[in-house]
Amino acid sequence: MPATTHPTSQTASFDVEALRADFPALEQDVYDDTPLAYLDNAATSQKPTSVIERLDDFYREENSNVHRGVHRLSQDATESYESARKSLARFLNAPDPDQIIFTRGTTEGLNLVSSTFGRMVVEEGDEILLTEMEHHSNIVPWQMLAERAGASIEVLPVTDRGELRMDLLPEMLTADTALMAISHVSNTLGTINPMADVIDVAHAEEVPVVVDGAQSAPHMPVDVQALDADFFVFSGHKVFGPTGIGVLYGKREHLEAMPPYQGGGDMIDQVSFDGSTYDGLPHKFEAGTPNIADAVGLGTAVEYIMDLDWDAVQAHEDDVLRYATEHVQDVEGTQIVGTAANKTSVLSFVFDDIHPYDAGTVLDREGVAVRTGHHCTQPLLERYGLPGTIRASFAAYNTHEDVDRLVEGLQKVRHMFG
Amino acid sequence: MPATDTVTDRAQQIVDEFSLFDDWMSRYEYLIELGDDIPLLEEEKKTDENYVHGCQSDVWIETELDEDDRALCVQGDSNAKITKGLAALIIRVINEQPPEAVANADFDFLDDIGLHEHLSSQRNNGLKAMIETVQERARQT
Repeated sequence: MPATTHPTSQTASFDVEALRADFPALEQDVYDDTPLAYLDNAATSQKPTSVIERLDDFYREENSNVHRGVHRLSQDATESYESARKSLARFLNAPDPDQIIFTRGTTEGLNLVSSTFGRMVVEEGDEILLTEMEHHSNIVPWQMLAERAGASIEVLPVTDRGELRMDLLPEMLTADTALMAISHVSNTLGTINPMADVIDVAHAEEVPVVVDGAQSAPHMPVDVQALDADFFVFSGHKVFGPTGIGVLYGKREHLEAMPPYQGGGDMIDQVSFDGSTYDGLPHKFEAGTPNIADAVGLGTAVEYIMDLDWDAVQAHEDDVLRYATEHVQDVEGTQIVGTAANKTSVLSFVFDDIHPYDAGTVLDREGVAVRTGHHCTQPLLERYGLPGTIRASFAAYNTHEDVDRLVEGLQKVRHMFG
Repeated sequence: MPATDTVTDRAQQIVDEFSLFDDWMSRYEYLIELGDDIPLLEEEKKTDENYVHGCQSDVWIETELDEDDRALCVQGDSNAKITKGLAALIIRVINEQPPEAVANADFDFLDDIGLHEHLSSQRNNGLKAMIETVQERARQT
């Protein structure tokens, strides 16, 4: 159906065709006359025109450094940058924009927390609790910290269906647990973890929780206060924003107590050769010239998201996932990996006798963009005894037609390799 | 027997064969067939030393120098069929060639048959590392 109402009105109901029209990259052919079916949104999302134009406008009309110029352009750039921070605070329902730290993305956010807060709270003999479904970026920084501190890594297992063993959580939170780091949504399985419950149980043992929100922020409204998360990190490029920009939210008492992550300009109060004092939040954690334009673009992206009717978007995303699950499992020889009761927008699967790389190569030639491999979750795939999976991941703009294209591609895979 | 045709001759032969197919699907089907046709690498040759790790698929490569003929014998395998087909093409052009010819071989012919993208490091299927391994071994013999 053609669009009759623009989806960026808060009262408009959800119209997927109108939404698609906002994303120019979706309308292209790959390999001559083959239209693109973009199903790699867990890796990165496409960008709406409003974000693309905002970046263009910024560089054409406002480009200047922030926080240090008295001149007009610098004031404009600073205003746009800080206004983006306010949008991000609203996006996460953070109590104060000062608690929004701009980072390069989820990975940098996790490294920032492990290098500052982690160093403060993790001591020799302590334990850091992770889960079996973590992305490498929520494993490696903690391993580096554990090695430095003489601490150990403990791992909360997952079930065959890909759900956390919540029954084991209380006993895994010991007197030695210094912190817990956990993904809100699994990038490989799509499992939505019961984050509020996890945090409740951890807090009862006085264990702070770092939430990797890379895969949840694109698919659900996040309220960091309702979750009571100590830290929440995500990447801009997965929420329709630019690459190279992300957000770290932290509780004020933590952020204030933490030492700076990097030293440099823009994060100091006074500098002399005898020593330096640091600026307050959020600047203490934003050394050097920040990624101004992309922060501004991210602000536009989350405003775009907040203008969508989220009940309708989620109903649509659930419908597409359900449709894809049914049709993919009907293809001979496929097996879905990750069948949690509560899932969002990720469908991982394998063929019993076809390598994911072979399947991915054929799907690519058919214009269907999926990801194959271990998705940076090697320990999780090892738990399932798989070298990799084929992962189709959806965004609000995906349709049944995209899924049909995937299924037709899989039939071709079956024909070529079966 | 040392090879009588050169790396370039064999590459040209492959390009000629692939020119018979006019769509990608038949090219890939032929590639898969070529992979199926190469002799299987015995399990005992799938050693750590012969293993080339790729992010997407795994490759094993076995080389042995025939001292009398100064020819490098190359065998390979992969757990993905497309990767194995590509390995078969690469092996076909360098197998039983003098080590110097192997070390200096280029694989631009893959470009002519529309398969060069599989050698990009972004694909990370182990093929690029396989070529580097074989050429390094050829240089050392």
